[in-house]
Amino acid sequence: MNRVYDLKREVEKPERLTGGHRLCAGCGAGVIVAGVLRALDKEDKAVVVNATSCLEVSTFMYPYTAYMDSYIHSAFENSAATCSGVEAAYKALKRRGKLEETVKFITFAGDGGTYDIGFQSLSGAMERGHDMVYVCYDNEAYMNTGIQRSSSTPRFTRTTTTPLGSAQKGKQQHKKDLTEILVAHNIPYAAQTAPLGNFKDLHIKSHKAIYTEGPCFLNILSPCPRGWDYPMDKLAEIIKLAVDTCVWPLYEVEEGVWRLSYTPKKKLPVADYLRTQGRFRNMFQKGNEWMIEEAQQYVDQKWERLLEHTGA
Amino acid sequence: MSSCLSGNEAVAYAIKQINPDVMGTFPITPSTEIPEYFADYVANGEVTTEYVTVESEHSSMSVCIAAQAAGARSVSATSACGLALMYELLYVAASCRLPITLACVNRALSGPININNDYSDSMGARDSGWIQIYAENNQEAYDNFLMAMPIGESPGVRLPVMTCMDGFITSHAIENIELLETDIVRKFVGDYNPEHYLLKKENPLAVGPYDVSAYYMEHKVQEAEAMKAAKARILEVAAEFERISGRHYGLFEKYKMDDAELALVLIGSSAGTAKAAIDKLREQGVKAGLVKIRIFRPFPGEELARALAGCKAAAVMDKSEGFSANGGPLFAETRSALYDLKERPYLINIVYGLGGRDFKTGDVEKVFDRLAEIVLTGKTGPVYTHMGQRSKEVEA
Amino acid sequence: MIKAKDINEHTPWQDLTPGGEIYEPGTARAFNTGTWRTNTPVFHEEACKHCMLCIPFCPDSSIPVKDGKRLDFNYLHCKGCGICENVCPFKAITMVSGGVAL
Repeated sequence: MNRVYDLKREVEKPERLTGGHRLCAGCGAGVIVAGVLRALDKEDKAVVVNATSCLEVSTFMYPYTAYMDSYIHSAFENSAATCSGVEAAYKALKRRGKLEETVKFITFAGDGGTYDIGFQSLSGAMERGHDMVYVCYDNEAYMNTGIQRSSSTPRFTRTTTTPLGSAQKGKQQHKKDLTEILVAHNIPYAAQTAPLGNFKDLHIKSHKAIYTEGPCFLNILSPCPRGWDYPMDKLAEIIKLAVDTCVWPLYEVEEGVWRLSYTPKKKLPVADYLRTQGRFRNMFQKGNEWMIEEAQQYVDQKWERLLEHTGA
Repeated sequence: MSSCLSGNEAVAYAIKQINPDVMGTFPITPSTEIPEYFADYVANGEVTTEYVTVESEHSSMSVCIAAQAAGARSVSATSACGLALMYELLYVAASCRLPITLACVNRALSGPININNDYSDSMGARDSGWIQIYAENNQEAYDNFLMAMPIGESPGVRLPVMTCMDGFITSHAIENIELLETDIVRKFVGDYNPEHYLLKKENPLAVGPYDVSAYYMEHKVQEAEAMKAAKARILEVAAEFERISGRHYGLFEKYKMDDAELALVLIGSSAGTAKAAIDKLREQGVKAGLVKIRIFRPFPGEELARALAGCKAAAVMDKSEGFSANGGPLFAETRSALYDLKERPYLINIVYGLGGRDFKTGDVEKVFDRLAEIVLTGKTGPVYTHMGQRSKEVEA
Repeated sequence: MIKAKDINEHTPWQDLTPGGEIYEPGTARAFNTGTWRTNTPVFHEEACKHCMLCIPFCPDSSIPVKDGKRLDFNYLHCKGCGICENVCPFKAITMVSGGVAL
């Protein structure tokens, strides 16, 4: 990015995700998609690819598309392959002189469509090296079908398939570290970001991902008021706590070089984040203190490893 | 020009002549050779196709769907489990009205795993909204592939086309074949010029909506009407093809049907076996004939009814099980088609050749013997039977 | 070319786009999600420093910007989530109860 980030200039660009979509009030996904698409240079076109998801059923309900650019949805588990196909067509048509302008390819999928059912398709597309960006808006469960656990759901979370029972309480396994798995694909750019503050981190990373040649991956934490059980006006507060507790560290890996994007001034206890959401309520029951301790240990351990990687 | 090619190479050569924009591929026996031959064309710079070697058939069909929507002519090839893995996306391709061309080299579906020929793969996909064209031999496999795009891409149709040939029997056997000159092929197939596509400069395109119940039914009616319209287009393209090749194609082929009293209805390479047996039976004075179905989707019901109207008895030969307990898929279509005839022939269904089980001229003769017996006694006996399996019971 | 504005729940199948394609950008703009609102943000222009922090946080593109200034809400799509009130450092936005700003 050759210009310094200027929020005022960026928000004056014509929007690429319009209002009139049917995402729930306060949903993080719309904010993220608008934020990523804002990083496109004004003169460039894009084709937006979407996995079946809350986002898909809300942003292209016939005959209402919320996208200013071309858009394709095909199925749940194949958005990366779908993006590969559009990019392959672009290369073919360019080679044959049927197309002149620059077009960028951006895929949006939820964590279910990315960490789980779409994982093979994503891995294949990244390995093949298509010039595309894959964005996971990670709301840590299958929200479109009614809050079922995914491999992205954190440990101890209550979902409709990891309920609080007498024998088992919440999800038993830790969250899969997908960003690291994507880094292991040796792609030119992979990053974790979130809709935070003045959106500088999300914007710069999106711009890098879009304008770095080859397959790039963004993992973006996407709070879901319904699934996470918090008041719909608290998006910014929850994101701030996620990064200040290091539950969701912001970092990037560019050509194999790890860089920490944000170090909290004071690393807050994980409980400060967990407390804001009903999905973790059980962890605060008497006798469950060990859950919070273990969650803290897990976050600390991951954070230390990240610091080693980044040399911070 | 005359050549000597396997079915797979003939189809790969057709793809080379067409030089499509995008090919999405994944290996599976017995269709693997198609992307292999094509890889050589790519490696040697003989085509300018974007050749995408994906990590599964699910992704190869996904690539084709997206590329076709983006404005690129797309092709793929697969068999059996590969087609099954594509299953969800076959419906997506058809419902998005994307005229992709897929070479299906028919092989039995697992399980148990088996790599030999039957139609359980493509018959499972018969209701997915794809046009299905079946070949008897290498020549037809080549010709059908060349006709696929002018049919599917026609604005009144806009449906994907599956050209099918028999695994190993056709795909791997080398036969004499007449190839068309590449410039003639290119002119016949023409350019792919969709009205709207994702990469179009003038206006964006949104594909694949969430279609609520207020619209879904209407979109399905559109698709059904397109499939109906495909029949006339198939014949139109066949007529154009005859002009450049001298080879005639219809919805099905009638062999010695003009005065036939006993008839077989079947698909694919078994027609060669049946024709040889019928020639022998004709010498013995048996009025035997054959209808070889070429187009299974759209199903030529009315035409087939007319073709069988003069017969006394017919056997529908299904090379796939439907597990309906009421006969195979070709039988279900055929019997339904004959319902409106004032006088119907006796009709039986024989499931044969599963997983590559041999089907010989002697078997054909046995079927005709049974038809003759039915006509003689006026008793059909068991309507739905299997043939060629070892059994403690004597075959019907 | 069939336009989205001509497509509704009474349109016969012959007049719908094949496969549910849409050939125009941003047709969702015509859909009113403002009716979902149970609380409504109110803009206090005098307090606004035009820092723009509220703009990217609005999930429904309901805050117009022109010449470096944020303008009053466009309520057509605003679902009344209240995120903007919380991210405003200058108390230039307050949520009021009800779907209509009085």
